[in-house]
Amino acid sequence: MSTYFLCLILFCVGLYCLLRKRNLIKIIIGIAIVEYAVNLFFILVGYRMHGRAPILHREQEVLNMVDPLVQALVLTAIVIGLATTALLIAIAIRIYDKYGTFDITKINKLKG
Amino acid sequence: MLPLFVIIPLSVAFIISLIGRFYKRTGDILANLASLSLLILSISSLSAHHIGSVSVSVYKVGGWGGFPPLGIYMVLDGLARFMLITLNLVSALVALYSINYMEKYTSKYKFYILFMLMLAGMNGVIITGDMFNLFVFLEIASIASYALVAFGTESEELEASFKYAIMGSVSSSFILLGIGLLYSYTSSLNMADISAVLAEKGYSNIVAFISVLFLMGFGLKAALVPFHAWLPDAHPSAPAPISAMLSGVLIKVLGIYALTRIFFSVIGVGHIVLSLLMFLGALSMIVGVFLAIGQWDFKRLLAYHSISQIGYVILGLSLATPLGILGGLFHLFNHSVFKSLLFLNSGAVVYSTGTRDLQKMSGLKEKMPVTANTSLIASMSIAGIPPFNGFWSKLIIIMACIQANRLGYAFWAVLGSILTLASFMKVQRYAFFGKIKAGLKEVKEVPAMMRLVMVILSIICLVGGVVIIPQFNQVFLKPAVDILLIGKQYANAVLGAIP
Repeated sequence: MSTYFLCLILFCVGLYCLLRKRNLIKIIIGIAIVEYAVNLFFILVGYRMHGRAPILHREQEVLNMVDPLVQALVLTAIVIGLATTALLIAIAIRIYDKYGTFDITKINKLKG
Repeated sequence: MLPLFVIIPLSVAFIISLIGRFYKRTGDILANLASLSLLILSISSLSAHHIGSVSVSVYKVGGWGGFPPLGIYMVLDGLARFMLITLNLVSALVALYSINYMEKYTSKYKFYILFMLMLAGMNGVIITGDMFNLFVFLEIASIASYALVAFGTESEELEASFKYAIMGSVSSSFILLGIGLLYSYTSSLNMADISAVLAEKGYSNIVAFISVLFLMGFGLKAALVPFHAWLPDAHPSAPAPISAMLSGVLIKVLGIYALTRIFFSVIGVGHIVLSLLMFLGALSMIVGVFLAIGQWDFKRLLAYHSISQIGYVILGLSLATPLGILGGLFHLFNHSVFKSLLFLNSGAVVYSTGTRDLQKMSGLKEKMPVTANTSLIASMSIAGIPPFNGFWSKLIIIMACIQANRLGYAFWAVLGSILTLASFMKVQRYAFFGKIKAGLKEVKEVPAMMRLVMVILSIICLVGGVVIIPQFNQVFLKPAVDILLIGKQYANAVLGAIP
């Protein structure tokens, strides 16, 4: 149970980072932390105590195994997260070219 | 036939990315062919449909044997048919419009790649029957739209795109967390199967928590009022055809469609969720229109109106009476037509005059008659003036409010409609009527293709009201309404249709 709470705390750390930080790069790191927390949660959902990988073998019988589906889902989610992060960083670089700063309080050509 | 909705745009995006660099016209030709064939496919799916019963067809991805929870399924039901037609109609016309409009940008073929990816994502969201698959398609469409908002790479566009991408990523994380919780509770990812398992297990606190996560996630995508901050920046910053796609269909497919599909068919709507949605819808309706009145930027004004009109759709759907759902879905279709027309009009104005500021333009009616007249039709349509389609759907929503004894909401809907009329009178007065300004004497009407698209859309606005005539209603709107009305019986309908 405590692992789930730690996972929740990680999620909240990421959200805090998103909401409070002013640097674009730190905001992107916040997004990455949020995504990792969700991925960790998925892995925890599929975990069984002392479970093993579900690889079948003719002579062995697998009694206690972890859920392989969530691991496949997490792989997909990681790839999607990579695409998002890459795009965000590319945009941040272009913003730095235009504005000369990473500070979001100084990037305010659009009014609220 | 079902997987073609995803295969065609995906493979076209791939082909354009390979050869678009060398042959300049590839993007134009292939993208238009693809979106046109998707439109034909989606309309032909309608005629194959049996009138009267809830007909569902299911496709097994990869041909795996067995029954849910094994395998991934694509599901085509009444609601999906309705959404496919709406989406592909707008996207086919927008692709036609882009041929001329996107000339001023460099590397036009990249625009078509992203456009096709966005289309693939949205088509996928509509036809998928699997929760995680929904998330994957949702992310494909979202990431393509973040890139498209930044397509001009000016400082405002980059800023808007960054804001949009951050908000979008947060909402996707909430949705993914919700899917994870749902999987851990029901041990299934298939929507119909989840629905059946939830009906068996009954209600618990975890379901309430999942509902809140989905409401936040999809509410952000649909730009309901407390979550709307990104929309007025992102939608005006994109090139005009993309603004039309984003406001016209993206927020509806990723937001409203996914929200209604999950809440009505999978989790099941309770009294609390419905009244919450109704309140959020009414709030969006009023707040959006009040913020819109003060705007002087043409596209920004239209973006605030999108928030307001989304409020109408949500209000209609969350009444959960047959009339309310009919009105909500009908307004969704109408809004996607007239809002994309208005954004294309604003694009035509930008194309000819180079400005979006209403105070800097005046008397464009003389020089740009087609743009002026079509935008007049669209404005009357969005404000709900009788013969146009917007009037009928707003009338149905207001009647449904009265029928459900929600007189307060009916009052707010009428008020929102009046304020919409006021703000579009301002647009017409400043942009198109009056004396032409000295600097605008040289303005020319836009190229033929753009004019053609605007005329087609305005004709749909004019005759859109016929959709509620019983003959059309039977095949187009009623099956979609039925799917939402049967609610959790959706599970039996889908599980029964598996070959």
